[in-house]
Amino acid sequence: MVNTGFSIGDLHFRNPVLTASGTFGYGAEFEDFLDISALGGIILKGTTLEPREGNPYPRMAETPSGMLNTVGLQNKGIDYFEQSIYPAVSLYDTNVIVNINGSYVEDYVALAERIDKLDKIAAVELNISCPNVKMGGMAFGTDLSSAREVTRAVRAVCSKKLIVKLSPNVTNIVDFARTAEEEGADAVSLINTLLGMAVDIKNMKPSLSTITGGLSGPAIKPVALRMVWQVARAVKIPVIGIGGIMTSDDAVEFLLAGASAIEVGTASFIDPSASVKIVKGIGDYLAAKGFSDISEIRGYINRNI
Amino acid sequence: MAKRVEDLTVTANRRLNREYFVLELSSAGPLPEMRPGQFAQVRVEGSSTTFLRRPVSIHDFDPVENKIKLLVQIVGKGTEALSGLKSGDLLNMVYPLGNSFSLPGRGEKALLAGGGCGIAPLLFLSRYLAANGFEPDILLGFRNKERILESGEYEKFGRVFLTTEDGSAGEKGFLTEHPVLLSGKYDIVYCCGPEPMMKAVASICKEQDIRCEVSLEQLMGCGIGACLCCVVDTVKGNLCTCTDGPVFNVNDLKW
Repeated sequence: MVNTGFSIGDLHFRNPVLTASGTFGYGAEFEDFLDISALGGIILKGTTLEPREGNPYPRMAETPSGMLNTVGLQNKGIDYFEQSIYPAVSLYDTNVIVNINGSYVEDYVALAERIDKLDKIAAVELNISCPNVKMGGMAFGTDLSSAREVTRAVRAVCSKKLIVKLSPNVTNIVDFARTAEEEGADAVSLINTLLGMAVDIKNMKPSLSTITGGLSGPAIKPVALRMVWQVARAVKIPVIGIGGIMTSDDAVEFLLAGASAIEVGTASFIDPSASVKIVKGIGDYLAAKGFSDISEIRGYINRNI
Repeated sequence: MAKRVEDLTVTANRRLNREYFVLELSSAGPLPEMRPGQFAQVRVEGSSTTFLRRPVSIHDFDPVENKIKLLVQIVGKGTEALSGLKSGDLLNMVYPLGNSFSLPGRGEKALLAGGGCGIAPLLFLSRYLAANGFEPDILLGFRNKERILESGEYEKFGRVFLTTEDGSAGEKGFLTEHPVLLSGKYDIVYCCGPEPMMKAVASICKEQDIRCEVSLEQLMGCGIGACLCCVVDTVKGNLCTCTDGPVFNVNDLKW
């Protein structure tokens, strides 16, 4: 029997496969396609203090081996979350994680305080890397002192496990990971989308309503892997790898590069059951290689460098 | 109606003209229950430039024959690739997705109005209405005679009125000018086609106080309400075309 479980501090995950925020709704959208309890955890669509209508259409452009999006954190706000979403997601037999976003440090703090009171939420993912909002979001995740300030403020009010989701749109992501660790983050997740754009040559205008948007999918996997490898060597807290993971082979690459767990994102749009297939594939890989515990392969490539 | 991911087998690929083809698909087991207006997210294999699935209306569904049909217009690389499918090939689909057209009330008179590729969901709707005891009138508009699609199929389920822009078949002119649409004798109009056409039909219906449902097409990511990319601006805020639609009552749209 192969153990694929991992822990962030005393929070245990039955396997290392989580679903990336904004790609898995609130879970219910996927119930026809998979058993949510087969996942290590789910990270819910980004939540803000106030309801947000998000950005205008068009919000999406297909690109080679990937897609650009500019959804802009459309969500119904924390009041609605508490009343209408939390009762449903609290029934899931897996770790449910809330991804929080804000325009100001105070927004993040207020949200973290509210989430902290919800028993069935296992952890908070602090999103300082959304590229599609005018204020906040990535602005926090691309400036070291802002990243430090928001992580410190949220840490002070958050008794749950705190995962800081990092932006790849920086010169040295390791600095941001170290800063998160210094300020008490329990884990870091990376990468959020890369800022990109596409042009509609037929109509001679940008493809997205906001001109630029976040690139995801296999196109960004090599960049994500490189950053995960760099960060995993630099911090002691668990690193959760994200970026273009479509198959269990992709997931294993991240684990071998040093990730303790991974998030499946855009893959769920193409195959809504991709995440559970990846769970199985990781177990099969470990068994075929003769390992009994997933921790044995974490960062394994460093032995061969 | 549970959604599923499944490989269906292509049983026929019929080219209608340069631009359009009909895929006929079946599966070893029984196909799921489906409603007119619903769609499938179709996977296009083997190309890095067709990364996402393609949303395609269910053109027809015959539960007795256990077959579904997709009417596809070649608009880009994805649909071009699909046009090359042959009998026996597999097509991976996530389906059935989205809401559906509502049934008319008892004794109500329905008109189906479709233009170009927009006629796709209306064949299934015609079949469904006929099976439920309605006698729909069906108004189909095309650019010219060469571009008429499958009008014979619709005749099985209702009275068909044809228009072409150049008058090479049926009435000459736009669908929106056809007397049957302007007659005011219908309780509900179901419409699908290019957006300017749907807007014109919606406005005619509003003037006549006739219920009108339209099927929208938006760029789509996931098709299951997770990515929030295919939103349409409605009186209820941004709604997902894939889950809150694709069928909308025109009164909910900001048209």
